[in-house]
Amino acid sequence: MSQQTQTNTFEVEKIRKDFPILNRKVNGYPLVYFDNAATAQTPKQVMDAIVDYYSNYNANIHRGVHSLSQEATDKYEQARIKIQKHFNAEKAHEIIFTSGTTHGINLVASGFSSILKEGDEILVSAMEHHSNIVPWQMLCEKTGAKLKVIPMDQKGELVYSEFEKLISSNTKLVFLNHVSNALGTVNPIKSVIEKAHSVDAAVLIDGAQAAPHIKADVQALDMDFYVVSAHKMCGPTGVGILYGKEAWLEKLPPYQGGGEMIATVSFEKTTYAGLPHKFEAGTPNICGGIAFGAAIDYMNAIGFDEIAAYEHELLEYATNELKKIDGVKIYGEAAEKTAVISFNIEGLHPYDIGTLMDKMGIAVRTGHHCAQPVMDFFKIPGTVRASFSFYNTFHEIDLFIDALKKAKMMLQ
Amino acid sequence: MTIQEKQQEVIDEFSMFDDWMQRYEYMIELGKSLPLIDEKYKIDENLIKGCQSKVWVHAELEGNKLAFTADSDAIITKGIVAILIRVFSEQHPSEIIEADTKFIDEIGLKEHLSPTRANGLVSMIKQLKMYALAYQTQLN
Repeated sequence: MSQQTQTNTFEVEKIRKDFPILNRKVNGYPLVYFDNAATAQTPKQVMDAIVDYYSNYNANIHRGVHSLSQEATDKYEQARIKIQKHFNAEKAHEIIFTSGTTHGINLVASGFSSILKEGDEILVSAMEHHSNIVPWQMLCEKTGAKLKVIPMDQKGELVYSEFEKLISSNTKLVFLNHVSNALGTVNPIKSVIEKAHSVDAAVLIDGAQAAPHIKADVQALDMDFYVVSAHKMCGPTGVGILYGKEAWLEKLPPYQGGGEMIATVSFEKTTYAGLPHKFEAGTPNICGGIAFGAAIDYMNAIGFDEIAAYEHELLEYATNELKKIDGVKIYGEAAEKTAVISFNIEGLHPYDIGTLMDKMGIAVRTGHHCAQPVMDFFKIPGTVRASFSFYNTFHEIDLFIDALKKAKMMLQ
Repeated sequence: MTIQEKQQEVIDEFSMFDDWMQRYEYMIELGKSLPLIDEKYKIDENLIKGCQSKVWVHAELEGNKLAFTADSDAIITKGIVAILIRVFSEQHPSEIIEADTKFIDEIGLKEHLSPTRANGLVSMIKQLKMYALAYQTQLN
């Protein structure tokens, strides 16, 4: 196999010990988990936080006078502060716990339904996940606003000059992913936000694919809204956050009615609770929120700069090795991208490749990655997507390349 | 041959293989030899939903028996379709409706029966049975 260039300083073997699942076998082969963009694996430290919660202080929060309830409330609110600090939000109540990115997007879309009117415009990029397209279509149907699409080029980069042409005083909201899930492209969100603010448009950035690799500073970037899922960042599924600037969160109406989100209720009138509770109706995913905090601690202890540098090496190594295989075509070759490779082999269906790779213990994603417009752009039914995390190794990439060659041989 | 006998024939064939690789190589071969559906039937109405790859199935009555033709853009899926068609084609609709599909498990393709599998084997079987049901009504 090819020369390996593993970073000396990055202690991947030590890190791997935190992830029990990486020791298991799949179909008789050692698991090679390259579907990190779909969901990341969970380290022991996060599992410990979950077990600790249920073993020691499981209780409903924010309303009990008893000790367990207070402990649970403290831990949940501490997690909110950890997340606030991580994304450098100015205030803790600008962090709204959600069930995940999709929930956060829908919350903002629903809020804008009372703000938008006919003739207003929403801009979205051509490289969005379905969850980033459908809520806006629904919103446009409801309000009479128009949805406009910022195109991308063959490399999978946003055509910024087109964005500049599309944006106008009619634009009320710009929606863009920080990193594309299908292609790995890192979008120029700073320039997009600046430009959008120059016409007083709000910007919602989907950070689901970025957050595991890039530590976004919401104040430095002057973000209006940022949405993230915990499970992409070594946390549990079913929990995430919406960051919103205080002024925007005050302006948006509540999303769901229920407990937690009210101040006073009578049959004549209900007054709503302040932030963040206004958007957190019902009993939240308490354990999930706390575990999300633990996941953020875990990743920060390793360090996001270190993670990004190591993952970049994995990406370069895998890209070079893949390109040596005849017929491989990589989709998404942006200058700046995260550790994601979407590819096809000429004449072979991604589904066939993925099925055979699975038989050899390699977990990759195949299909349209919930981004059909991206696939339509490249005129393909789908791709094979390998996405790497900081606990993956160069050796695993070698196993992946070997399995891919074997699959190719069987299929041709 | 009855459906039961055909299933046994498939089980016997697959029992000769020692490992997954031989099984899949055989399926790929079967996929390549699948009697292709007439181009005019490769239309959206004949697409089976729930598959990551495209699968078209067409059914036609020949006397009182139902004949299937099919195609897919993925070769392994095509192999699976080929096995299904071999077992179910040219049978009386009532036989098709009543047939069980345990043989899939026995030939080591159980993983394709999970509802989460993107190839939609479950949807395919359902579709073949739906055709049988429709044609049985026509025969009665």
